Amino acid sequence: MPQHAVYADGLEKRYRKTRALAGLHLAVPAGTVYGLLGPNGAGKTTAVRILCTLTRADAGRAEVAGHDVRTQHRQVRRRIGLTGQQTAVDDSLSARQNLVMFGRLFHIGTAAARQRADELLHQFGLADVADRPPRTFSGGMRRRLDLASSMILAPDVLFLDEPTTGLDPAGRREVWQAIGDLAAGGTTVVLTTHYLDEADKLCDRVSVIDHGRNVVEDTPEGLKRRIGTERVDVVATDPGDLPRIAEVLDKAAATAVESSVDAATLTVSAAVADGVPVLVEVAAQLRVLGIPVSDLGLRRPTLDEAFLHLTAGARGRGEVRA
Amino acid sequence: MTTWTRPPESDDSLVARARWAVADCRTVVAQELLHLVRQPSTFAWQLGFPVVMVLLFVYVFGSAMDVSGQGAGTGYLEYAMPGLFAMSMAFGFMNTAFAVAMTKEKGFIDRFRSMPMASSAVVTGRGVADLLHAAVDLVILVVIALVLGWRPGGGLVATLTAFALLLWLRFALIFVGVHLGLSVKNTEAAGNLFAVAFPFGMISSVFTPPDLMPGWLGAVAAWNPVSATAGAIRELFVSPAVSSGYWIEGHAFAAAVGWPAVITAVFLPLAVRRYGRLGR
Repeated sequence: MPQHAVYADGLEKRYRKTRALAGLHLAVPAGTVYGLLGPNGAGKTTAVRILCTLTRADAGRAEVAGHDVRTQHRQVRRRIGLTGQQTAVDDSLSARQNLVMFGRLFHIGTAAARQRADELLHQFGLADVADRPPRTFSGGMRRRLDLASSMILAPDVLFLDEPTTGLDPAGRREVWQAIGDLAAGGTTVVLTTHYLDEADKLCDRVSVIDHGRNVVEDTPEGLKRRIGTERVDVVATDPGDLPRIAEVLDKAAATAVESSVDAATLTVSAAVADGVPVLVEVAAQLRVLGIPVSDLGLRRPTLDEAFLHLTAGARGRGEVRA
Repeated sequence: MTTWTRPPESDDSLVARARWAVADCRTVVAQELLHLVRQPSTFAWQLGFPVVMVLLFVYVFGSAMDVSGQGAGTGYLEYAMPGLFAMSMAFGFMNTAFAVAMTKEKGFIDRFRSMPMASSAVVTGRGVADLLHAAVDLVILVVIALVLGWRPGGGLVATLTAFALLLWLRFALIFVGVHLGLSVKNTEAAGNLFAVAFPFGMISSVFTPPDLMPGWLGAVAAWNPVSATAGAIRELFVSPAVSSGYWIEGHAFAAAVGWPAVITAVFLPLAVRRYGRLGR
């Protein structure tokens, strides 16, 4: 087993006028869950398609499970599983028939395919509905069957392209649980997502991608740290109080950056270096001035804020669209 | 839990790959045939169209048509049934196109291509399944025709040759269907192909002799590949066929063999190229 389950360098891909990838670099250590995070059109799916041998890169090279995706695609295909954006299960066949079909196409033989289907149905909690067609399933169940279909050969690397897009919260939790179990079992997982809580929850490392380039690569915690420390949020009861609250917050926070006011949610928010004393100070001042508030709190920045902050920075640095 | 040894790398030899290409094709065909078993309603819907057409033409319009020169309605069943068989084969390319577009839209082609299976099986499996499907369609249509009173007038060999010609036309159209199915954006666009397919099927000798049409349209209808097959099998079934004097009608058998060959020669490479382009 090579040190990196996935290694890609200088991947470029152009579709007519759009530059989908502009020199992407990836190094995914074996046994980790790695997230490709970015807005729609950032190049995440193109990257996965190249790594899964579905599409050829215009430039650059990539190795998956120790084999070159361009010259050794047969070897790569025996070592990967892919769960694409659409749920690729046959709605007319039963769940078991789906898995047996995929098993036969993975060349493990019909008897082994049957046995493997039963194991996977059990592992993904679908044993009770094995003989029902997936069109009668919930979104989460369909996606779990989809995941099971890409786990026939217990792949070295599992690629998941937006595994929870379009699922309800219960479905997302189910799929998260399934992915977490696979990762705990030692499967290297590469997933794309534009849900930051998903990356936060599942990934060991995250590469933020925008316009086909790496913007930053870090742990989810590290990403959040990058945009500063804590924030103090004050929610007003009366929109008229917002300017005065902002003034109080700026004075207490004593940072160069001014607080931000969101009139829609009546929230004033400021980044602070040392949260608790500022929070106490703000509370005291508001009481002295007699300004009523509906909420007052200290929180860590969300990954969403980190994401917007980072991709906005990348956009500012230059347009890469051709 | 069992540990799964992955298929051996010796699978990469040419012989092994050819063997797997056949095995994978069989697996895909088996999957398609399971659809027929598990969802006979889809099958019934696809057959509904030709059945409605036969009832409409034989009983509604047919009574006004004089195809045999012996008065309106006479011999129309014998004229229309072979045409209907040919039309049902011709419209079959829509089923292929729709199924291929569906395979693409649902991400099946991507999943298959990321697997160690023979990627040709996606197309060969589709083709074999569609031919089997077409054969079942024909059997059902023939039963309906027999019930309505149609009888093939030629011998056993002539009758079997006629059905071989029908399947030969369907075979050629598989590649048209695969090419179109891969070319269209989604299944909705594939469904819209019917707007093109309908005149393609109807401007022919399927229900109406071309000499009853305006001159230029009659020529188009006579040269239509569907007319070629319809004309050839009418001869084989010894159905009343009025020659409209178009050269092609005098050579119906050759045309029924030749047209699908031409279509295959054009669309097989196109379909293969389209499929290869998925990797771009």
